[in-house]
Amino acid sequence: MNTTFLEYLVFFAAAAMVLGGAIGVITLKNPVHAALGLVLTLFGIAVQFVAQEAHFLAAVQIIVYAGAIVVLFLFVIMLLGVDNAMDLSIEPIRVQRPLAAIMGLGLVSLLTAAIIKADSATVLPNAVGDGLDIATVTGDSDSNIKQLAENLYGDHIFAFELTSVLLIVAVAGTVVLTRKWPRNQEMADAESANTSGTSK
Amino acid sequence: MIAAIEPSWYLILAAMLFSIGAVGLLIRRNPLVMFMCIELMLNAANLTFVALAIKLGDINGQTAVFFVMVVAAAEVVVGLSIIVSILRRKPGATADDLAELKG
Repeated sequence: MNTTFLEYLVFFAAAAMVLGGAIGVITLKNPVHAALGLVLTLFGIAVQFVAQEAHFLAAVQIIVYAGAIVVLFLFVIMLLGVDNAMDLSIEPIRVQRPLAAIMGLGLVSLLTAAIIKADSATVLPNAVGDGLDIATVTGDSDSNIKQLAENLYGDHIFAFELTSVLLIVAVAGTVVLTRKWPRNQEMADAESANTSGTSK
Repeated sequence: MIAAIEPSWYLILAAMLFSIGAVGLLIRRNPLVMFMCIELMLNAANLTFVALAIKLGDINGQTAVFFVMVVAAAEVVVGLSIIVSILRRKPGATADDLAELKG
């Protein structure tokens, strides 16, 4: 059993995970099942990252996406109690689903055609990276993390610092958005009661 | 003898994943599931970045994926809090019920 065959096996198994999970997300009625389909897709993407020697990103993918984001989704689903199955047979806009399917097929075929056409084109010499060759050349699994760290903390240190600001802003915004404001709430309720009373 | 896997295969897989996410965003009405479809599209973009980082031999593509993940985490936190505050006010709301921004 040669390595090329194993690569094929990994690629197609992970591709089946990715596409099967994605189709599960958009077709399953229960939001909890859709979130589990999302987990399947994210694990498949992590496998594809490992197959492409992006070991650090694969670990981050599992920790951040599958570990934090999907858990957050499930938390919100449970918290709001919207985990009852929705009736998917109702089609609010009449021809929307066939049109959406046609658009999806068109998008796939256009992108695939563009990829195949661009694959045969020659790469411009100045479009290739400046000596930061990926770890596949050396075969050392640690070198990917080293290269990524040097790139992240060297060239992109300012953007990296800005992400911390972004995360703080997101957390503060979430607290403000979801907090119940007791006094304002009463005032708003009284106001809406007044307006509904006068409109009647 | 079969050929080795080329980076364009990953790009085609990412294109299919992106299209599934876009179709899901159009046909679903539950705001949470629509949000999951946005995650699918973001992951397709990440897969494209990593595949092109291999193809061009440039580690900057993998750094971009790192930043996309950070922004996606922040986006999920803010988006879910908006969904929570909407659904608290209108239980069982779908995207059609939110067509007007009136509370």
